[in-house]
Amino acid sequence: MAGNNPNSKPMNLTLKVWRQKNSQAAGTLETYQIKDISPEMSFLEMMDVLNEDLLLKGIDPVAFDHDCREGICGMCSLYINGRAHGPERGTTTCQLHMRKFSDGDTITIEPWRAGPFPVLKDLCTDRSALDRIQQAGGYISVNTGGVPDANEIPIPKNIADKAFDAATCIQCGACVAACKNGSAMLFTSAKVSQLAMLPQGKVERKTRVENMVAQMDKEGFGACTNIGSCAAECPVGISLENIAMLNREYINASFTSENV
Amino acid sequence: MSWFSKTFSSSIGRKLVVAVTGLFLCSFLVVHLIGNLQLFKSDGGASFNIYSHFMATNPIIRTMEIVLLLGFVFHIYQSLYLNRKNNSVRKVPYAYNRPQDNSNWSSRSMGLLGTVILLFLIIHLYNFFWRARFGEPNMIDIEGTGYDDLYSVVVQSFQLWWYVLIYVVAQIALGLHLYHGFSSAFHTLGLNHKKYTPAIQKFGAFFSIVVPAGFASMPLYFFIQGLLN
Repeated sequence: MAGNNPNSKPMNLTLKVWRQKNSQAAGTLETYQIKDISPEMSFLEMMDVLNEDLLLKGIDPVAFDHDCREGICGMCSLYINGRAHGPERGTTTCQLHMRKFSDGDTITIEPWRAGPFPVLKDLCTDRSALDRIQQAGGYISVNTGGVPDANEIPIPKNIADKAFDAATCIQCGACVAACKNGSAMLFTSAKVSQLAMLPQGKVERKTRVENMVAQMDKEGFGACTNIGSCAAECPVGISLENIAMLNREYINASFTSENV
Repeated sequence: MSWFSKTFSSSIGRKLVVAVTGLFLCSFLVVHLIGNLQLFKSDGGASFNIYSHFMATNPIIRTMEIVLLLGFVFHIYQSLYLNRKNNSVRKVPYAYNRPQDNSNWSSRSMGLLGTVILLFLIIHLYNFFWRARFGEPNMIDIEGTGYDDLYSVVVQSFQLWWYVLIYVVAQIALGLHLYHGFSSAFHTLGLNHKKYTPAIQKFGAFFSIVVPAGFASMPLYFFIQGLLN
């Protein structure tokens, strides 16, 4: 199963995987031995191999979220050896490769843990709470029509860059998973600041931040204590600055918006 | 719910209260430290006793004392509220977690550090504030006027090694609390800027070392002096 690289020796690993039948059932960590894993495999390919093994043994395969496997969709998750998306910084689980592990390693794999992210099955969690925050105000209301000319609305380069950096959030929920408080502030701040910085987003600026923060609290996420573990674990490098901007936006909106 | 109570019962609103009161309490630390530096004056405690008398009787100071108490109450109440809420979010803990790979211990332990500081505060207030205000310390004559001899209370208290130890441990906790808290307060207020944030963080680190070290130097000074005599 090893790749073409002569240096890549196949590895034998011990996996401790969270198994949970459904959202109501209590889960446990099950131990599985897995053999001949190529260091060139991605983490999710290793999970595929595990599932093939389990199927052959007549065991229910492990359910885990994944989609694009290119690090852009935000569907994969997994808390690997105590870290959201595993030990490597700035990558999603699907972009984590087995070469980051060594032969004989024990790898503990758990789902995202947060009240607003209930476990559906095994490693799959329901992250629709983030969708509802987004739906509470993470949009702009404009009439569709002809395509506007490029650069019709002047936006300074540095602002466009910052807004784009915030817009790279893939809504995977690693920030919530890594946060000691289970706070969704980094996610919400990326969505709020992205639109607050751009002219098109300024129309609904105040109402947006009020509604999105209200929804964030309603979903039961914790409060941010500026620890910074979210930004450290974020696979796309959303900056903590966005949280300061969200605070600024929220304070400003609370005291100056027309919403009584 | 009115917009006001809605704002201050939101997670960000509550943090705002913690941040504002936290910075206010930082300003108190500075005043308290500067005033207490008079303990080091070698005049047998005359200036410290006069200063203590002023602090206990001046109407502006007495009013600020109430504001200070409210600052503590709001800071502690909101922090406890948020801490309890935050601790309840993750109902099933991780079997294997490595927070040390992505954050500082002090940042994650603000509740614990705050509790240590609060316990210290109770001991500290009982020993000095309570005795100064409601106790009967010995009187001392300074230039013809009688003053409560609080200087001697301070000197005697710091002859006990375990009492000095309590103070030093509490100041270490305060330092770690400030190390996160000072710059974090600015972040919560939304005050983040390329030009100023690095300076705020550097000053916060400086503040978190110098202020607790200044406070810790007092019990250590009198303890060592007691050993030498």
